[in-house]
Amino acid sequence: MGAFALVELQKLSHDRSELITRMVQPALWLLIFGQTFSRLHVINTGDVPYLAFLAPGIIAQSALFISIFYGIQIVWDRDAGILAKLMVTPAPASALITGKAFAAGVRSVAQVIGVLVIAYLMGIHLTANPLRIIAAMGVVVLGSAFFACLSMTLAGLVRNRDRLMGIGQAITMPLFFASNALYPVDVMPQWLRWMSAINPLSYEVNALRALLLGTPGNTWLDIGILLIAAILGVAAASALLRRLVQ
Amino acid sequence: MTSAPAIDCRHLTHRYGQFTAVDGLTLEVEAGETMGLLGPNGAGKTTVVRVLTTLTPVQDGEVRIFGFDSRRDTLDIRQNIGYVPQQLSIESALTGRQNVDLFARLYDVPRKQRRARVDEALEAMQLLDVAGNLAGTYSGGMVRRLELAQALVNRPSLLILDEPTVGLDPIARDGVWMQVARMQDEFGMTVLLTTHYMEEADALCDRVALMHHGVLQTVGTPTDLKAGLVSQASPTPSLEDVFRHHAGEDLSEDAAKQGLREIRSSRRAARRVS
Repeated sequence: MGAFALVELQKLSHDRSELITRMVQPALWLLIFGQTFSRLHVINTGDVPYLAFLAPGIIAQSALFISIFYGIQIVWDRDAGILAKLMVTPAPASALITGKAFAAGVRSVAQVIGVLVIAYLMGIHLTANPLRIIAAMGVVVLGSAFFACLSMTLAGLVRNRDRLMGIGQAITMPLFFASNALYPVDVMPQWLRWMSAINPLSYEVNALRALLLGTPGNTWLDIGILLIAAILGVAAASALLRRLVQ
Repeated sequence: MTSAPAIDCRHLTHRYGQFTAVDGLTLEVEAGETMGLLGPNGAGKTTVVRVLTTLTPVQDGEVRIFGFDSRRDTLDIRQNIGYVPQQLSIESALTGRQNVDLFARLYDVPRKQRRARVDEALEAMQLLDVAGNLAGTYSGGMVRRLELAQALVNRPSLLILDEPTVGLDPIARDGVWMQVARMQDEFGMTVLLTTHYMEEADALCDRVALMHHGVLQTVGTPTDLKAGLVSQASPTPSLEDVFRHHAGEDLSEDAAKQGLREIRSSRRAARRVS
């Protein structure tokens, strides 16, 4: 598992420009969407300013956008023969999948640091407590691991890069909008609340808000749900990995 | 390691849907031997390799690697083999050393020995000087040697090479074969390689097995196989002549291409129905 996380760090160290280019989208969400909606005052976020409310949502969204395309990467590895070589090593399929899932987490955390820097530069009051920031990174790793596993599970089912690209695009925005990343659950219609309740992204955002803003919440429950989701994701993706390579 | 054959394959049959890719293959490879599995595209070589490497489960028949049953003892088999697939498959965004180090970790090479083992594999493939460069900057021949270094890092008892010189220029091909031969001499491992370059197999292999349409046509040393064909009309037959003799006249390029098209079509159909 650690081997793949290390590989991800090594890749990032060789191409740091990717970190910068990937920062553009979350920066735009905070700078344009966040600042505009802050002025409109149409979303009631209680005592928390809208930009501060939004920042953890954008962190979770950035991690989602990175990890949801890991299935395409694994299909690419399959087509390039890399996956076959990996599967001939003694490492079990679950270790390969867990490694890839946590590699997505490593990449996401690298981006989280960037979003935090932008947020601090914009004067958004997030915690400066290093322990809480580290815990937030742990939450992002768990969320990314689940979404990477979801993507790799879909890869095992469809086994085709183009089809998977379409599915990835089709599910990313619904996952994002059917969560509490942009607005509180209270303002959602009932059917969307149900969607949000079964969407792991909402639990990730809840935990991030509690850790970075100190908003009240059941953080352990959120982390527990993310952990269970990640474990189920690893199990599903591992079961389908051999199908992908055949 | 037991005294069991490196590869003991009995009545292996593998089908993709209605298409039989390997038909009742029985083949034994002794430890330390270099065996060439030869045949045109679509002969079934890659399917055999996939079964031997445990990538594809055994459908019919029995496969044992150093006595380990391919159905039950997949982990034991994987710990004993090194594998280089047909495609040039490395992480181009990593350096050569990082590529080999990844496999050292996956094979659980002990931490204290890891660096030395990675260096040893890179040195054996004459890549130590460029180990710090990104693999994406390597030539095709260097990439192939890097893959061999990855396959060597766990000091495998059996090295399986699937068309290792496809797509390489003649100089790079010679370089790869030279390294394979040197490795075999140095480490005494068993080597199974597939190729459709008959002259290369002739020069490198202790024995060759000729496959065509999924069926093993003949097996023997290149010298014996060629000697069996000597006649007044053909005083010095080549391995390709031997193959043509056993496979019939449809070894011509057109027939091979046609066969490949059919196989691709069958495989696509098999994927759709599976």
